[in-house]
Amino acid sequence: MKRIALLGMPNTGKSTLFNRMTGASARVGNWPGITVELLAGKILLGGDMVEIVDLPGIYDLHGFSDDEQVVRHFLHDNVPDIALVVLNATQIERQLSLLLQLKQLNLNMVVLLNMADEARKYGITIDTARMSEALGIPIFLLSAKYGTGYGEAMQAVTRALRYTTPGLAENLRDQLKPDGQIEAEMAHVLQHSVQVPARLPDNLTNQLDHLMLHPWLGLPIFFGIMYLLFQAIFLFGQPLQTGVNDLFSWLREAAITPLLASLPAVLQGLLLDGVYNGVATVAAFVPLIVLFFLFMAIVEDTGYLSRAAFLMDALMGRMGLDGRSFVMLLMGFGCNVPALMGTRVMRSRPLRLLSMLVIPFSLCSARLQVFVFITAALFSPKAAPLVLFSLYLFSFASAILTALLFKRYFPNTEPFVLELPPYRFPTLRQMVLRGWHEVSHFIHRATKFIVTGVILVWLLTHLPPSAAPASAGTLAGMIGAWLHPLFAPIGITSELTIALIFGFVAKEIVIGALAVIYGLGGQALSHTLALQLDWVQAYSFMLFTLIYTPCLATVATLRSESKRISFMLFSIGWSLALAWLASFMFYQGAKVLGY
Amino acid sequence: MHSTSLSTLHTGETATIVAIHADEALHQRLLAMGFRTGKRVELIRRARFSGPLQVRIGTTDILLRKIEAEKITVHRA
Ligand SMILES: Nc1nc2c(ncn2[C@@H]2O[C@H](COP(=O)(O)OP(=O)(O)OP(=O)(O)O)[C@@H](O)[C@H]2O)c(=O)[nH]1
Ligand SMILES: [Mg+2]
Repeated sequence: MKRIALLGMPNTGKSTLFNRMTGASARVGNWPGITVELLAGKILLGGDMVEIVDLPGIYDLHGFSDDEQVVRHFLHDNVPDIALVVLNATQIERQLSLLLQLKQLNLNMVVLLNMADEARKYGITIDTARMSEALGIPIFLLSAKYGTGYGEAMQAVTRALRYTTPGLAENLRDQLKPDGQIEAEMAHVLQHSVQVPARLPDNLTNQLDHLMLHPWLGLPIFFGIMYLLFQAIFLFGQPLQTGVNDLFSWLREAAITPLLASLPAVLQGLLLDGVYNGVATVAAFVPLIVLFFLFMAIVEDTGYLSRAAFLMDALMGRMGLDGRSFVMLLMGFGCNVPALMGTRVMRSRPLRLLSMLVIPFSLCSARLQVFVFITAALFSPKAAPLVLFSLYLFSFASAILTALLFKRYFPNTEPFVLELPPYRFPTLRQMVLRGWHEVSHFIHRATKFIVTGVILVWLLTHLPPSAAPASAGTLAGMIGAWLHPLFAPIGITSELTIALIFGFVAKEIVIGALAVIYGLGGQALSHTLALQLDWVQAYSFMLFTLIYTPCLATVATLRSESKRISFMLFSIGWSLALAWLASFMFYQGAKVLGY
Repeated sequence: MHSTSLSTLHTGETATIVAIHADEALHQRLLAMGFRTGKRVELIRRARFSGPLQVRIGTTDILLRKIEAEKITVHRA
């Protein structure tokens, strides 16, 4: 099968184009370094199946960070039949250097100048015919986001598929011409084909940045936006979650219970109180998750992440990190795994490791589910969003404390040089793709972990059969009693302890596990929790949930990205210790104060 | 006309790059970002607490720390 590879600098729209070509939902975002791994999809082009490969962005063919290594290895192992080089048309003046370097590799190339829409707005004119002639490569102007020029470009790609695949030199770097020569060539090509107005029109980006990056208002605005976002999630998401929960309870009464009535009682219990209650309670979070990721998608696509890096770099620098580490913490709000992988853009290994040590403290969407459920159950509607926001602040605080404590073991002098893209806004299509992507991810995790998790919890709380369900005589009761000395000082009951143990696998299981342990779903579970716990216990439980190991997937990623088991073990050990200490100080402190 | 480092520019000031004194890796990254001798660069703003600078070269905006900006020599316009 023929293979087409997407090459280009970061943030030029390779993944957007990949999605358009293959109908896939690769992650897109207005941040250089969203894609850090190779992703392939197959499509029918000109009557043949071809494989399209989306790659991380590269700045040049000289040095390599971990994400750029992916590209180097790819090019080394398999010469693509076509290298589809994606450049940002508005930045053609500088991005041409990468094209000229790639040209020396003798690849079969087609060049796509993307973001034609923005180039037009800026008043940049590019004579693709002349440029094509000067370089001897087919060149097309298009907008991967809106689709203009796409058809023509694909026809050219189909034509180019007929050419034979060239061989690639053994050593990529040795072939490169000196920079001076490239510079002269750039000037020559640009002179005849590209016109950039001397002064760009004062655009929306400039005006917005005036406010967003304001010396004094910038940071307050950042926290203000964050607060409003979480308030919105709570305001809209929590009722949605309750609504879906009620729907599931109704479904249980109306359809599932009668359907299973003929089964033996034990099996009924397992299926209804175990699997159905557990899974339904977790599944009720789907609308909240979709809503949350829609917000995340918008924030990521606006380009605000780079602004956050600008605002926070000075502070992060003092903690041995940089602005990009902060952006990865923000990305971790969605899921810690891609955030950990996103640190591949850092070249210095100590900086990467220190960033990876703090990212797991980022309050991910799975933990958000636990907190939304518990805060809604135990706090007044007025206090609940504030409690939620305080947990985000604790998330930052844990990261900061960790960085400060360990920065001397990870010294680095990595330069901080980052591009600041213009503000953009996702199209409806992009948002739907992202929402769908997250739902399928959730369902994948659900089928993999949650069903197994809740069945295990049910077994633990119902075996041996002689003991009353969830009583001290069951396996779960015994484990709870055994861990009691550890968890009693932080106010965590034996039911909650079992939930925490399963939470190690994935945080989505925590609420599902509680549903199974109490044999109740949705609203009924909320009421019971409110009766059984006081707010201090609940907050202590949430603190512990926030700080200790996020999930097995994160642990596996820590291991694979650091390539060191010792680092992974250290991360687990430290987060457990910190979680216990934080909960202990909070719980005992609150007790001393008389709560 | 005298040369100085990029980090000394005032906000809104424009200058011409005359030299880059960075190690190989940083030098290559700066080239890719558009820092080349002869190019005009404008300082857009500085972050608080001696944070990064935002500079503009042509149509690209770049953030870089002061310590990196010191490695770039410019001629004031
Ligand atoms: N205006 C405009 N924006 C676009 C276009 N194509 C992509 N974008 C936006 O550019 C940003 C980067 O897009 P991606 O597809 O993630 O870029 P990428 O090249 O895959 O980036 P990396 O994975 O970081 O290397 C996103 O905000 C896109 O929505 C386009 O044709 N016009
Ligand atoms: Mg990408």
